[in-house]
Amino acid sequence: MAAAPDAVTPGIARPRWHPLEIAFWIIPIPAFFAFPDRRLLLSQIFVYGLFALSLDLVLGYAGILSLGHAAFFGTGAYTAALLAHHGWTEPLTGLIASGAVSAAFGLLVSLLVVPGSDLGRLMVTLGVGLLMYELANQASSITGGVDGLTDLPIGALFGKIPFGLDGRAACVYSFAMLALVFVLARRLVHSPFGLALRGIRENVRRMPAIGVNVNQRLRVVFAIAAGIAGIAGAALTQTTQLCGIDSLGFQRSAELLIMLVFGGAGRLYGALVGATVFIVAQDALAGISPDYWQFWLGAVLVVLVLIARGGLLGAMDLLGRRVKRRR
Amino acid sequence: MRTLIGVLFDGVAYGSLLFLISLGLSVTMGLMNFVNLAHGAFAMMGGFLCVALMRRFGVSFGLTLPLVFVAIGAAGALLEVALYRRLYRASALDQVLFTIGLTFMVGAAATWIWGPSQQPIELPPALHHQITVLGVDLGTYRLFLIGFVVVLTAALALAITRTRIGAQLRAAVDNPQAAAGVGINVGLLFTVTFAVGAGLSGLGGALAIDVLGLDPTFALKYLVYFLLVVVVGGPGSIRGSLVAALLLGVADVAGKYYVPEVGGFIIYASMVVLLVLFPHGLHGRRT
Repeated sequence: MAAAPDAVTPGIARPRWHPLEIAFWIIPIPAFFAFPDRRLLLSQIFVYGLFALSLDLVLGYAGILSLGHAAFFGTGAYTAALLAHHGWTEPLTGLIASGAVSAAFGLLVSLLVVPGSDLGRLMVTLGVGLLMYELANQASSITGGVDGLTDLPIGALFGKIPFGLDGRAACVYSFAMLALVFVLARRLVHSPFGLALRGIRENVRRMPAIGVNVNQRLRVVFAIAAGIAGIAGAALTQTTQLCGIDSLGFQRSAELLIMLVFGGAGRLYGALVGATVFIVAQDALAGISPDYWQFWLGAVLVVLVLIARGGLLGAMDLLGRRVKRRR
Repeated sequence: MRTLIGVLFDGVAYGSLLFLISLGLSVTMGLMNFVNLAHGAFAMMGGFLCVALMRRFGVSFGLTLPLVFVAIGAAGALLEVALYRRLYRASALDQVLFTIGLTFMVGAAATWIWGPSQQPIELPPALHHQITVLGVDLGTYRLFLIGFVVVLTAALALAITRTRIGAQLRAAVDNPQAAAGVGINVGLLFTVTFAVGAGLSGLGGALAIDVLGLDPTFALKYLVYFLLVVVVGGPGSIRGSLVAALLLGVADVAGKYYVPEVGGFIIYASMVVLLVLFPHGLHGRRT
């Protein structure tokens, strides 16, 4: 794992917003108006950005390798779907409930995941992911099995704004979720708790010596991340009014990992950049052939590991430092 | 009682296959500490190679097996020297990403060449029969499978316990630094072992076509079974892998036969439970 990009300084507890960050958050506004027919895609980018952000907390900050993060995305997605299916159609409370269910599930899973080694964690998360997929697949009377749940009755936002086909409400809704969670996550990683996480990632043996309860910190961040993934899943269900079994699949977990690593793990913005590039590329290339897409996805991963660790933002960092040195 | 024996028999045949394919993975994980999620891709390549040899060049099934072993072993050696070697010291995350990438590429290439459908295989007529032993119908192919794996395992066990290279291998698994210190060429040993493991996996893939089927999703679909064998058996422990593979094979066949509605649920649930209870494997050593 690359070292954290920002050094540990005393002022880190209240980090200022860099002008570049503010600029970054303004980009979606012109995009919203410039591509009125692509708003559903834009909404997807926000959802997957949120999902990747959740993995970044677990993998990028705490250093827990998870191969089954879709289990939490799917838990949120199915909770929101089942709530709506059984009459609780109000979206905001549905979203919060889904996040809470997913976080509780994450806390349970963390009891199994946290004590293990890298290999053990990888296997347990993989196993939990497959287990959830199989559960949704077999309990078809509740979950709709392979077909998932479709035509879900999702209520209007605040009782007034319905999720229409044009994706306008969906877009604003998922963007608001992303922005809100991002601010909280940013606060979290710059807090003493976040610093402890990075300390654990860098040297797990030393942290107990300065009085950090390592497993407790990891359990908490795992549960928080699971809750965020659940919110992302619920937002996807609500904005598309359907919930498919692929939201729990291994493919989803693997793609998520690719998004995060491609953007750059351990820096929050990497998750958002990676998700954006991934979704846009998938949308642009899906027309060609799915095999073609999967082949290049694999090729990108291999190249990324061999020559470009740190992802897009890592490469930009490196470039920026070189330019500075030349001056 | 008859069905019980039938289920046991099928389970053991299935477990033998799992063992054959997973053996290389166990050694890679134990010896090189490398999380190779692309190991199933070697088995898949072996399967496709076998099908291609039989269909395009009319090679007989029996003759494809040594050819597949050599070809996939060579491919493994090439990959080890060119790529894997660079990542032995990398983090588990890098290894996972790299090998998932490889698996995606192999899967996509297989879809591109052979199409997404299941590949049929025509076994020689002698392996097509059912014979009745004590009133139980046993398929000759599965009998052949079990016999094949028993012989191969015995040969491997002899090679590991009695030969010089086997002793070097055991030394390197226990302590690579000390092994290198007494003059063992650990790098070469890694390459040879990796190649043999890949070749065995390819062989397993070819033998598995009639039992597990073969399509471009094979590598991902069965990956978790191979990983499970290794992790439950304890990475690097061949005896552990054998026990784990047989247990897993019997459990999976029995589960699918007696409680089909639960499907793969039992396997995944027992996987999580076993991992939590035995984090170092049934035969594992603490590292």
